[in-house]
Formats: sequence, structure tokens, C-alpha cells
Amino acid sequence: MSRRRVNSSGSLHPDDEVMPYSDDETDDELDASSEEEEPEAPPGAPQPPVEVKPSEMGWKVKANDRPYHHLPEFQKKVFLCFKKSRYSGNAIKTYKYNVLTFIPLNLYEQFKRVANLYFLALLILQIIPDISTLPWYTTLIPLVVVLGVTAIKDLVDDLARHKMDKEINNRKCEVLLDGRFQESKWRDIQVGDVVHLRKNDFIPADILLLSSSDPNSLCYVETAELDGETNLKFKMGLRVTDERLQHERQLAEFNALIECEEPNNRLDKFVGTMLWDRERYPLDLDNMLLRGCKIRNTEHCHGLVIFAGADTKIMKNSGKTRFKRTKIDELMNYMVYTIFVLLILVAAGLAIGHTFWYEEIGSKAWYLFDGKNHNSSYRGFLSFWGYIIVLNTMVPISLYVSVEVIRLGQSKFINWDLQMYYAEKDTPAKARTTTLNEQLGQIEYIFSDKTGTLTQNIMQFKKCTIAGRTYGDPTTAEGVTLDRGRPVDWSWNQQADKKFDFMDHSLVSCVRSKKDKDVSEFFKLLSLCHTVMVDNKDGELVYQAASPDEGALVTAARNFGYVFLSRTQDTITINEMDQESTYEMLALLDFNSDRKRMSIILKFPDGRIRLYCKGADTVIYERLSPDSRHKETTQAALDIFANATLRTLCLCYKDISAAEYDAWSRKHKEAQVSMSERDVALDRVYEQIESNLLLIGATAIEDKLQDGVPETIAKLAKADIKIWVLTGDKKETAENIGYSCSLLTDDMAIHYGEDVNEKLRIRQTHRRNEPQSLNRRRKRPTEPFFNMPGKNALVITGGWLNEILYEKKKKRRRLRLRRLGRRPPPAIPQDSQPMDDLEKELRQIDFVDMACECEAVICCRVTPKQKANVVSLVKKYKKAVTLSIGDGANDVNMIKTADIGVGLSGQEGMQAVMSSDYAFAQFRFLQRLLLVHGRWSYIRMCKFLRYFFFKNFAFTLVHFWYSFFSGYSSQIAYENWFITLYNLCYSSLPVLLVGLLDQDVNDKLSLKFPKLYLPGQKGALFNYRNFFISLFHGIFVSLIIFFIPYGAFLQTMGQDGEAPSDYQSLAVVTASTLIFTVNLQISLDTSYWTFVNCFAVLGSIAIYFGIVFDIHSAGIHVIFPSVFTFTGAASNALRQPYLWLTIILSVGISLLPVICIQFLHKTIWPSVGDKVHRNRKKYEMEMEEEERKTKPPTFDRGRRSRRSAYAFSHSRGYADLIASGRSIRRRPTPVGAPPGSIREAPQREAENI
Amino acid sequence: MVKEVKELVNRPDNTAYTQQRLPAWQPMLSAGIVIPGFVSIGLVFIGIGVALFVTSQSIQVLEIDYTGVEQSSPCFKCSDQTGKKCDCVMNFDIDSLFKGPVFFYYGLSNYFQNQRKYSVSIDYNQLTGDLDYFTNPDDACFPFQNDRNKPIVPCGAIANSMFNDTFQLFQLVNGQKKEVPLDGKGIAWWTDYNTKYRNPSVTPLRNAFNGTVKPPSWPQAAYELDTEDTSNNGFINQDFLVWMRTAALPDFRKLYRRITEGDYASGLPAGNYSLEIVYNYPVLSFDGRKKVVFSNVSWMGGKNEFLGIAYLVIGSLCVLMSIVMLIVYAKFKFPEED
Repeated sequence: MSRRRVNSSGSLHPDDEVMPYSDDETDDELDASSEEEEPEAPPGAPQPPVEVKPSEMGWKVKANDRPYHHLPEFQKKVFLCFKKSRYSGNAIKTYKYNVLTFIPLNLYEQFKRVANLYFLALLILQIIPDISTLPWYTTLIPLVVVLGVTAIKDLVDDLARHKMDKEINNRKCEVLLDGRFQESKWRDIQVGDVVHLRKNDFIPADILLLSSSDPNSLCYVETAELDGETNLKFKMGLRVTDERLQHERQLAEFNALIECEEPNNRLDKFVGTMLWDRERYPLDLDNMLLRGCKIRNTEHCHGLVIFAGADTKIMKNSGKTRFKRTKIDELMNYMVYTIFVLLILVAAGLAIGHTFWYEEIGSKAWYLFDGKNHNSSYRGFLSFWGYIIVLNTMVPISLYVSVEVIRLGQSKFINWDLQMYYAEKDTPAKARTTTLNEQLGQIEYIFSDKTGTLTQNIMQFKKCTIAGRTYGDPTTAEGVTLDRGRPVDWSWNQQADKKFDFMDHSLVSCVRSKKDKDVSEFFKLLSLCHTVMVDNKDGELVYQAASPDEGALVTAARNFGYVFLSRTQDTITINEMDQESTYEMLALLDFNSDRKRMSIILKFPDGRIRLYCKGADTVIYERLSPDSRHKETTQAALDIFANATLRTLCLCYKDISAAEYDAWSRKHKEAQVSMSERDVALDRVYEQIESNLLLIGATAIEDKLQDGVPETIAKLAKADIKIWVLTGDKKETAENIGYSCSLLTDDMAIHYGEDVNEKLRIRQTHRRNEPQSLNRRRKRPTEPFFNMPGKNALVITGGWLNEILYEKKKKRRRLRLRRLGRRPPPAIPQDSQPMDDLEKELRQIDFVDMACECEAVICCRVTPKQKANVVSLVKKYKKAVTLSIGDGANDVNMIKTADIGVGLSGQEGMQAVMSSDYAFAQFRFLQRLLLVHGRWSYIRMCKFLRYFFFKNFAFTLVHFWYSFFSGYSSQIAYENWFITLYNLCYSSLPVLLVGLLDQDVNDKLSLKFPKLYLPGQKGALFNYRNFFISLFHGIFVSLIIFFIPYGAFLQTMGQDGEAPSDYQSLAVVTASTLIFTVNLQISLDTSYWTFVNCFAVLGSIAIYFGIVFDIHSAGIHVIFPSVFTFTGAASNALRQPYLWLTIILSVGISLLPVICIQFLHKTIWPSVGDKVHRNRKKYEMEMEEEERKTKPPTFDRGRRSRRSAYAFSHSRGYADLIASGRSIRRRPTPVGAPPGSIREAPQREAENI
Repeated sequence: MVKEVKELVNRPDNTAYTQQRLPAWQPMLSAGIVIPGFVSIGLVFIGIGVALFVTSQSIQVLEIDYTGVEQSSPCFKCSDQTGKKCDCVMNFDIDSLFKGPVFFYYGLSNYFQNQRKYSVSIDYNQLTGDLDYFTNPDDACFPFQNDRNKPIVPCGAIANSMFNDTFQLFQLVNGQKKEVPLDGKGIAWWTDYNTKYRNPSVTPLRNAFNGTVKPPSWPQAAYELDTEDTSNNGFINQDFLVWMRTAALPDFRKLYRRITEGDYASGLPAGNYSLEIVYNYPVLSFDGRKKVVFSNVSWMGGKNEFLGIAYLVIGSLCVLMSIVMLIVYAKFKFPEED
């Protein structure tokens, strides 16, 4: 039953090699087309292939015609009857405010926050005389301060954006105006302009390439900022524009009309046509230069601006950054709601109290006559609002702004961290969002990209085996370092790439002696058999390879004296040990993922015909001639290479007789022109010639890991963080890297797609066979998927992932159903429509459960979208905090999806960084980000929040206790000014500093004991339990603060016989007690006492007394008699020893139990942190000693098992380009010019112009 | 060299602050600090507690309720009359010398001077002698702001409800009444008398009150509060100041007089005393109580055992907890492991 479903998609199994890119496209296209189809298509009619007709394309651009774009038909309504051209200017605007709009807009933004709105409402309540229990300033002053601080922060942010916009908008570019090119600013560029770009210029807008200095108007661009790929891409002008638009004059007369698709964010698609001289020419993405790219290797080019500014693909892509919130944020909000509810309940209770009190006492007390004829219930109602105002400080007004300040500080610390600064690239770490720091301390899952993230994306030619002998080891078999570990000196070779490192001197001497024929053949092959393009830059050869592996191999050959110099469509010129020779290329049998090999057939200068082939060992060994030598030794070497996680290729050759070649060549030509299934036919022909090969040797390339990757992964694993690698790479490569970065180990059982699918299917069948009711009751199947003991790992490809998760099939299926004629949905959904949502969800849950049982998960061949899907699956079903780290544009999706996105500002451009929350240069900084900064931030934030809630409860609830003795009349227990300033001046600084600076153990210990990270993952330091503890602690302290003075002095009198039991003295004593208690409490909570903390605590107390004595002074009362009414209260109260004894006792009772409980708790149930903290000194000394003694030993890569060692480029090479000769064939040049190679073209072009 | 410096423009500063390496003290609640700390705090607290308790024991207090709730009370006859002047006499004995200086308080119970509406019903500007506010009292004083369109001075509920019973104390010596001199000077806070409340600088004082009316409950105007001492009138009348300093709780005492003069400077000798009360202030309507209190003071003020006992209890608990912690600590003594 379910089997059928699995097969229902039509294919048997997903192809492991193919990235399911189509899914990305189908997603929206299917949606769009299905909507369109419905009204038009008669049911059952075969659908014509969907094609965008030119007339449908709404975007019209006319070259060199600025007024055209302001025609009424291109106007769109902006506001009422104001209209504006729909074509954006090229100026970009990322800022939010200008001088005029700052205040209203910023206030509007701020009052969108519930908390601020709440305080505004309070302010309004306070103005109503019947309700007002606190003067307006008690709320207004803190509110103004809070709004002010936030506004200043926003202002600074916006100024930075203004500055950046200005910088970009003012970049210079040459635009064709009035018939000639004039320098102009980017912001002045308009759609339809013809621009002139030079080498290394950034492209200012999305531009249609018209012509360039290179042959055929080829133009190389670096698209790193766009898609993260560093290898150069070539773009090509249309033949017609290439021929007719080379000169300024021609360009000025250019008046074509471009019709194309509307601006969109699809980087991989562009459709349009060009109407010029009554001819239509199709345009596609190959003709487009996109904003954000950089011109490379091309001296200059001309283009027509199609999309400008906000319409460009890169800007459309930047989109809205999803607003991310931390778990703590959510929790905090819920707690604030809880406080609201509590507040309303308490106020309601006290209001009822007031009603009864008034009935019993108040109404009879003649002295309380207030001239109002309210009945007691109405008075209760007013009292309710009065208490809402009085107790409003339970909801801490400065909470949000303090949290923001702390986070800002944490972010600064991340930015400032020298140990996350990468000196080589001069890149410091950067916290791009300042609101997520504490979440870094709660990460449970890390999703990592591979290329550029784990690896440097630098391929290094490390070792090779030639004719059975292995070269490249820096040590002998006995481990003795050869040649004192110095790398080979390449000074003998003029054309060597200086950056190339090789440790084995014997190979060099072998090559230079020219004795060993195999060795020369080996390097000759490397220099000939490839699809690399060469460019001559200031006398230096620059290779452009389709894959870094190939580049590494050709570079290796170059250094060993076999320098690839140039190629034309059918020749290759190399410098063979200082002897230039040109080989005629008869055929290029390009790489593809099925063949896993590439070959080249060459005609030597002496007329011999030879085939060189390189490829994966598996495919090569099948095709070796029986009398090929060194098979076993090479095989053994390959095993060794594989164990060292090197990527290997086998090299072999075959001599072909002229007759044999002629015969094959004919078949080849036939296949080339065959109309149907040309690829298959070609593959078959290739297969024939690639046989009976003779093995030369094998290369081993290291996909160099970034520094410290295995250590980091091991450390993070110890912190119970699970790391999933999601990569577009092939299964083998990914697996290989998994081993080399110690994510996979030999004791793990690796499960692949089939296996997983089967297991899930069984689970599903089980579930279906269970009775429905039982199914519902039992929430989750509890038994594990892997019953075998031992560790498990999952390696799964994108195709399988879709298969397993039922992703997309549903849609495709539905669409197919519709095309087949809109069958009604089958009656029994269980059978024919199995992919209902519940089923899908259960399946996904199962998959996530299974994956989470594994130690490591590697998803390869996944699309950016799938990456994001995997992340959101885990987020959704595991409710875990996720982090994605990547460096390329293909990681943007997952970076945006995860709770925290980290971008590596590595080689692959800035796209990932731009959409990330944190950015730094090296993967290994991740451990510091999480284990040090994340942990600290989390601990600090939790401490801060716990204390902050406590401090406000302790402060506010004193009113509550007092109300029992004041007729529930919403009388306050402190002076108004104290209430106003409490959160601002008296209690905020020490806790802010704790939030900023506190550290329980220092960074080294944090890194040494990854287990310290665990409380964060469990959210153990701040949750509802902690909240209620804070609440009860606050209740306890407020109780003490009120009732100790109550018992101590309110029924007695002072030393001078005057009763100190007046209201103002009580207010002074409670306030002083509170100040002492909260400041000493934060001192207890501070585990890292710097002089600043000391200063803050003492300062807060001092400020309190300073302000109190000022406010209670005679002078200020004389000036504002009705505002400052506590004249003399402080001085009178605080000279009574009895009151000081009361204060001391209250503070003592408030703090001593806390110390006692903390001590007992730490003694009986010590946490890991406590233990580390306790032995802090010891560990620190140990670590210092360790550091002094030895450097950490290099990571041991001891592993034995044999793994597939196949690695090769995963995109097709430049073979088509080479074969078609487009880049190489000379453009029509003046007669007589000698045929030349590509590297000579620029000069000639220069002469032409 | 120069070039290198230029290249690393983005390098963060290497300071103790930016690298979070500020020199710091990382205290720990270790057994070595906590347990001895608790013991010493406990001992100190017990010491304070003993001192407070002993001192408190030595203080004499005499309380006489004269509300007249019971029929047997001499003031019963006055209790039901409201507004009408009524005299009553309370007799009492003192067994042994009541050491001086003796303070004479009146006390009210179930009287909510701290009721919010009541406690804000006052015009501080007026009470600083600002004549503008004589003619135009603050709205907070409502309903004791204006009386038939004439402003009330002093306005507000607090002033209006000023306590107006008066007392005379006599010692009965051989059947003769010997008046105990009562000192009514300096019974209010110095700051209240000198800075917070001021009369308008108009002489004679009554002229300042032209065009105003007295609070409805007052028998005489503010400038006539003390008929004997003209300087004790207006807003700086000591009894008025004492009343205006509102109490924190519904049961409160306010200083009425000091007994510091003549034969009684060293205290009230044993004997019979008679307190003659002019009973004006109605409290029974709201279940209030009135009393007079005689008390002497020590360095810690009046008699109150609460604080002493609280110190003793907390001190003992500290010592007890230190023992508990010691036991727990011994039992769970941390094994030295990672």
C-alpha cells in the first residue's frame, strides 16, 4: 500500500547526484500557473507549454530615451492623484527617518510596543482627578527617559544607514549622456541609460550587456555578493550588439526597446526580448550583468540599464529581514502578561476591600468627608483604577529599555572580541542584530554549510602516487621529518605560483632530472587534461577553473614545470620544462556526474595521438587495461589518501592509432549531430574510446578545512549541541568532510536515504495498523528508531529528503491530476491521497525524531530551500533553538530561517553576512561565540531579569501591605519622588552592570568545560519557576520592609519624645530599607566584582541619600512648596538610632535567608558551574601551566576504514565554451592579424578602438 | 611596519574593558565565609537584642482611655454629645516615681489620617504663608476649600479635623489639686516650625485672614489658636503642627505636652493624679478611641519590645542556621572532582 505511494511520483529512487533544483522553481511557478490555468483551460485539453509571450511582459525599457520612461502609461499611483514613474531611480534608500519625520515616526514606532502604550494609558489615567493617586511625573519622567534612550539608539542606527546609502549612491560611473560618456553618480543613473564599466567596477544596476572589450562581448563577472560563488562567471553580449555597438557613437544611436519580465527576486532567471530595427532578439540571464557583481578580467564593457535601484534583483532579494525574537523575549512577554493579570487581580481585591472599608468605617468618619456623594461600590471602582496606577511599577517600565541596553552592550563585546578577530583579513566579529545575544547561550542545533564554512574552499595538491611510488609526505615512514620540514623552494621555476606549498623535495628533483618518464607524463597530463581557462594578468598567469580541484591540479603541474600557457578552440600550449609546445586537441570528453571522469584526445607535435583521462578511481579501474601496471600499489596509496580524507583522482592515458581515431571520430561526429538524446549518444561514444587505459598514478587533493574545525565541532558536541551539515556538495565529498572534521567517526553506523525511508515506512505502517483511537491517545511513539547499540549517523541527499518528507510531490501530483483532466478527489483518502497533512506531519515528526537520535546528520545535494526546510522542521517539531552558519548566498535561506543566523565573511562574498545576525571570519570562532559570549549573555540576561522582577515586586508590594492599614485608599508607602526615581537612579545601575559585565567563570574555563553550556539549552536559569521564585522573594522582602518598621516603631516614640510614627518617617524608612536591600541583594548576585560594580552599588546608595536629603531640604520646599512636601523627614527620621536598628534588622532578615538557602543549595545540589567556580583558581593555574608547557597537540586523524575517495568538480567544466570556441575564436579582426589566443585578445582589442 | 598598522584598521582595541578582562574580585559563598559570618552576625544581633530588650523594659508607660464607651467611665457623659463643650475628669494613681522627663501624648485609634484623599487635602502653598493661596486655596482642599464662597484658611480636611480636646493635669496632694505644669513649646518638628510652615508676614496676623473663614469644625480662627501666647498662633501653632504631621497608621499617638518644669522635672512622683479633660472631639461615631499616654524615653525612644525580641530571634536563628549549615557542609563536603 505504502510502497505504491512511494513510487507514485513516477521515479523509482531519487538521484543522489542531482540537486533537486527544480523544486525551488516549481514551488512558485506551479502556484502561479495553476491559478492562471483554471479559468482558461478546458478540462482535459492538453496544455501547451507555458511560455511567456512578449506581449505579456510589462517591463519596457528604451535605450537612450529618458523621457520615454516618464510617459503616462508608465505612471503608477502613489498617493491620491500623485503619480510617479514605476521605474525606480538608481538611488537606494535603506534609512527610515529624515529630519522631519524622525520624531513622529519614531514615536509611532515606539508606541506600537504594548509596554509603552500601557504607560501612556497610565499617564492618561493619572490625569483624571478622581483616580489619580500618583502625580503625573511619576510615570512621565521614566517614560520620557525610556523613549529618549530608544530614540537616541534609533537615531544612531539610522545615521549609519544614511551614511552608507550616501556612500553607495555617490559612487561614480560613466553614463552616456548627450552623445558621450560622462562621469555620473550612481544615484543619477536611470533605466534606459547606457553605461560604461571598467575592470573591477561594481555593477551599479541590473544591466543588459551590450558589448565588451573581450571577443564576442564576453564579460567575466564575480558574483560573490550575489550567490557566493567565487569562480568567475562569463556573460555574453548578443551577437548583434557585439557587432554593432562597440563605439561611443554607435552606442549613442542605440535605440532598441527592451521588453522583459517585471522586476523580481529570481537570481537564476531572466526573460526578455530586444526590439531593434524591427528585429526581435531573445534575451536571457546570460546577457545580464546584475547589480552587486563585479567586473573581472574584462577591461571594459557597455551595458543598458534595465532595472535600477529598488527594482534590481539584489535589492528585491534583500527583502524584509524576518524579525527574530529570542525565547527569553517570548517568556518575558508572557511574564509581563502574568504580571498584568496579577496586577488586575490585586487591584480588584483591594478595590473590594475599599468598598467594605468605606461601608464599615469610611462613611462614618466625619473627618473623611470629601463632599462627593459616591456610593461605596463606585468608590471601590475608583479605587481599582487608583491601585492600577499605584501598583503599575510591578510592570517594570524600564525593563525593555534596560534589556536593549544590555543586549547592545553584549553585542559590542562581541564586536570588540580580539579572539574573534581575524587578523589575516582584518575582519572583527560583528553582531549585526543586537537583540539575540542571550539566545546564543541556548543553541541546541547547529546547521552548517560545508564549503567555505567548514572548509576553506581551497584545494591543495597534497600528495600523489606516480607509478606506484607515493610522494608528498613531509615525513618518512618512520616519522622523521624530511628536509627539516621546509616547503619546496620554487625559485627555479619562473612561472611557479608562489603560494603553492609542497613538502616533498624528492618529487621536485625527480621532475627536474627528467629521468622518470612516468613523472613527466603525470604532470603533462595534469597540464593538458582539463578545462581551465587562462588569463594573463600583468605577466602572471591566472587560471579560471570551473572547480577548485581542477585549478589545484593545473597549478600543481605549473609549479612542477609543466605550465599551461594558453588554449585555443583546438590547441593547447604548455611549457614543458622551459620548452614550449603546442598540442592539437582532437576531442574533449567533458566531465559530467555520471561519467565521473574527463578525457582529452591530443595530437602530439610528433603526430602521435594520445588520450589522457582523469577520473574517480571506481570508474577508472573498471576501464584499465589488463596489463596496466601499479594497480595494486596505486590502490593501496588511494586507501591511504582516503584515510587522510584527501580527495583523489586517478590519471591514466592511452595511445590511439590514427585509424582507430578516425573510426571513432566519425561516430563522435554522428553523435554530436544526433537530434534525439544527444547526451546519451555522446556518452556511449565516449565510453568506447575510454577503455584499455594505462594507469599513471593518482593525485590527492586536500579540501582544506578551516582552522580548528574538528576541535570546534568536538567541543560543541561536548556541549550537547548537535551539528548538522547541510551542503550542496556530493554525498561522497560531504561524507569525506564529515570524517575529516570528526563529525563522523568509524564507530558510527551510517544510514542512507533508502534505509531511512524504509524505517520511516515501517513506522508509518505500524501507526496505520494501530486503531485510530489508540493512535490519538498515544502522542508519540517512544521506542527509538535505532535499536542497535552504538552511535548512528545519517547521510541523506536532497532527493531522498524530498522523498522522505513528501515535499512538493503533493503539488506536482495535484497539478498532474489537473492536467490529466481534473478527476474528482478519490473517495477514500487513505488510499489514493495518502499525503494529507496529518500524514505528512507525522512523517516529518518521525524523520526529525530519527535524525535527532543520531550523533551526526549530513544532508548533501540539498537546495537552499531544502536547507531552510530542514532547519524549520527541527525548529517546529523539536522546539529547539537553532543556529545556521554559512558563507554563501545558498545559505541565506537557512540563515534567515534559523533562530540565529551566522554568516562567515569568508571568500564567498557578503550575501550570507548581509542576511545574518552574527558575522565573523572563521568557523572556529563559533565556539567562542556560543560557549563564551552566548553563555555569558544568557547568564547575564537571566540574572538581570530575575533580579529586575524581584526588585520591582519588592518595591511595589509594600503598597499592597500598607493598604491594609490605610483603608485600601490607594495610599502609597513612599514619597512620590522616590517612586519616580527608584527605577531610574536608585536601583538600575548595579543590575545593568551585572547584565553587562558579570561572568561566573572566565572565558577560558567556559571553553574548557563545555558542559557549562547545558543550563542554557534547558532554559534552566530563567523560566516560570524562576519567575515565581522572584515573585515570592519580592513578596517576602516587601513584607519585611513593611512589617518590621510596623512592629518596631509605629507604636512607639522617638528619642526626643516626638512620635516617629508619622507617615513621612515611615516612607523614609521603607525607602531606605528597600534601597539597602536591593543594592545588597544585587551585590550578592554579582559574581564578578569590578571597581565599576563597586562604584555602582555604593553610588546608588549614595545617590539615594544625596537626592533624599536634597528633596527633603528646606530650600527646595521654599521654592516648590507643593511639590516637595517631605521637608525635614529624612533628617528627622535618620537621626534616630532606633530607626537605623530597624533598617538594619529589615535588611538582615531580607538577605540572610537568601544567603543561607543559596549556600545550602550549592552544597547539596551543586551545579557544574558551581563546581567549576569553586575550583576556579586551581583550573586557572592548571591551564596556565598547560599553556606554558606545550602547544595543543595536532588533531589526531587516526582512522582506518576505507571510504570512497572520489572527488571531482560538481559543475560541468568550461568544455562547451571551449569546444564552441566562442571565447577563443577571434572576432572578425583586420585581415592579416595572426591567430592568437585568448590572452592576447585584450591588447588587440585595445588597438581596434 | 606603518603599512601593517594601516591594514589592521578594524582590529578591536586590546583593553581590559573591551576584552572583558577587567580586574575583578569573584567572591564565593564558601563555607569558610558563610558559617562564621552567620555566627558572628547572630551574636551581634543577640547582643543588640538584649540591649534593646533591657532598655525597653526600663521604660514606663501609662495609658488612659477616656473615650467614655463604658458607662462607668467618667467621660461617658461627654461621649454622646457632639460639638457641645463638655468636661470630664479622669483620676489615676502612680505607684512609684515616673521618671522624667515625662511625655504626655494623646492617642487616637481607628482614625485614618493616612487615608489617601484625606492626606492630600492640604494646601502647602497656603501654609507657607503665601497670601495668593489665602484667597484662592488649592483644589486639593475640596470640600474644605471654600465655605459659602469664602476661602477657608487653613483649608483642607486635615486642618479641619484638628484635634481640639484640651487637658489639665493635677496631682492630688492632701486633697489639694496641685497643677502639673505642661510644656507645650517645641513639641513639633523643628523643620516644620521653622521652615515648612510660615505665617504671612502681616502684623497683626489677623489682618492676613481678612476675607477668609475658619475651617468649619474649628471653634476659633487660626490666629486665635493660643490665647495666651500670641507667637504660638496661625500656622506655627505647635498643636496645629503636630496634627498636620499625619500619622502613618490608624492607631497613633501625638505629643501633647512635656512635663519638664518645676517639681516635676525629674518625673511624676507616686501619688494620685487627676486629669481634667475638655472633651470636644467626637470619635465614637466611627468607633474611634481617644486616650492619653504618659511615657518616658530612653536612647532608643519609647517602650517597644518588638525590636529587641526580633533581634534576639533573628540572632538565635542565625546561630542555629550556622550549625545546620555546618552539619550539611560536613555531610556533603565537596568531593574534589571536575
